[in-house]
Amino acid sequence: MSVLVFAENFKGLCKKASLEAVFYGNKLASALGQDLHVLTIGEITNLEDLALYGATNIHQISKSSVVDFDSQQFAKAISAQADALEASTVIFAHSAQGKSVAGRVAVRMQAGLVSAVNSIPEISDGFSVGKSLFSGKALAKYQIEGNKRVLTLVGNAVLIEEVSATPNIQDSSIALEESKIKVVKTSTVEGIVPLPEAELVVSAGRGMKGPENWGVIEELADAMGATTACSRPVADADWRPHHEHVGQTGVAIRPNLYIAIGISGAIQHLAGVNNSKVIVVINKDEEAPFFKAADYGIVGDLFDVVPKLTAAYNKVMAN
Amino acid sequence: MKLLVCISKTPETTAKISFSDDGTSFNSDGVQFIMNPYDEWYALVRAVELAESNGGEVTVLHVGESSSDIIIRKALSIGAHKAARVDAVPTSSMFVATQIVNYVKNNPQDIVFFGKETIDYNGAEVGSMVSEMLDLPYISFASKLEKQGDVFHCDRDIEGGIQTVELSPPFAISAAKGMAEQRIPNMKAIMMSKRKPLEVLEPFQVDEKVSISQYNLPPSKSGVKLIDADNMEELVRLLKDVEKVL
Repeated sequence: MSVLVFAENFKGLCKKASLEAVFYGNKLASALGQDLHVLTIGEITNLEDLALYGATNIHQISKSSVVDFDSQQFAKAISAQADALEASTVIFAHSAQGKSVAGRVAVRMQAGLVSAVNSIPEISDGFSVGKSLFSGKALAKYQIEGNKRVLTLVGNAVLIEEVSATPNIQDSSIALEESKIKVVKTSTVEGIVPLPEAELVVSAGRGMKGPENWGVIEELADAMGATTACSRPVADADWRPHHEHVGQTGVAIRPNLYIAIGISGAIQHLAGVNNSKVIVVINKDEEAPFFKAADYGIVGDLFDVVPKLTAAYNKVMAN
Repeated sequence: MKLLVCISKTPETTAKISFSDDGTSFNSDGVQFIMNPYDEWYALVRAVELAESNGGEVTVLHVGESSSDIIIRKALSIGAHKAARVDAVPTSSMFVATQIVNYVKNNPQDIVFFGKETIDYNGAEVGSMVSEMLDLPYISFASKLEKQGDVFHCDRDIEGGIQTVELSPPFAISAAKGMAEQRIPNMKAIMMSKRKPLEVLEPFQVDEKVSISQYNLPPSKSGVKLIDADNMEELVRLLKDVEKVL
């Protein structure tokens, strides 16, 4: 038996979400007394990074530099690899690809699926694992019966440490079937960390009074190397692009630090951000509900506070 | 063109979430339930728009008890032509997926629509399972779907961007923001929805593998630490040295 982790290929690289999945898979494999195997599809240039987090056995399907994602085609290949390795557990990152393919793999393997898990499974009495529900308003413990399971791991839930392994890289004998989906165009945003994987997020809302005032927000975000986000009213008014909208109906994020500026903190907004490790709220209204969900608060005029924060950041971090 | 939209019922977005004292069940007292927003605003409205511009029939399918009929009627008032409800408590993703597959096998569809996830269990599991059981291509987190001759063009979210793909029916799709705009039905549509057919079906038995053994509320924040606006250096130091997030 073994634990199989699917390490996603992002333009030839395995990114943090996959390293977390490998680290998590390694912990679980040791607890179960099973071997860890890692599967990649398409050419990956940083396989040694996977080894740093415990990937001893790496299987590569296709060395082509471009393999477009297709859940149907990928699910067949991943479950065939899982069968070949007699995998008890298959682990994905809870990403666009992982979410799309995990249910399919669970069906093929006749496995129990729990998506968006946020803790290392407990295996002393059966197999149980935690996840957050109701957009972060609750937590639950899931029990999986049977000896096969599929998990997707949310980002930033495990603190990865280097464990270091010597990778044994093998070409998998499994081939991809032909895809029924044709890719017409791919557009990726360059140079910005996408919100779902951002560790630092600077977000602003209606308190900004208009789109022309966003300069102070961008200056802070630039200084910190943070990704910018916004509240729903601001996106709906077209002050900011829709992909920046975080909240229940926008993007749900789990950064280390979320700085909310001029956002009152409606429950739908909190639902998208309450998995942030540390929340800083800047608002001139001391009654703003967001302060109840914050770790640090500054009551004051954002046009005064934000430039001071940027200056303080630059000064402290320069030392 | 036959379009199936799978809808679920969720607590409304501002509902206070609580559980039984022993933490084994969700406390629905005083909770108002709605159609899952992703299913309604994006999947259903886009399916209705496609049927309006290209011809076709939109069916909504729901797994739930008769208390869900109110949201099914709402879906019909938004523009679905007919509805089916599998009369059972939706106990797990696999249970719901199996009911949907059973329906589609008896009532073949060109496109099966889902919302990108439900706002209660946040799983995004059912669409992927149904697609595999029916061996259909599946486009998840789609923000655009257009018919172009015999094929469809679809924009989907990928990590850090958007990808446009082309495919032919039958396929399954999960809808995210951008796909369509919320529609408020008018009084005439609400009246008409009462005369649209709603078929009630018996559930298919499923061997459950996954169950929830314990619910908890997250630990509450210990309270906000207020920092003076003139002391931003202290904040940065706290974030750097105490919280270690910088």
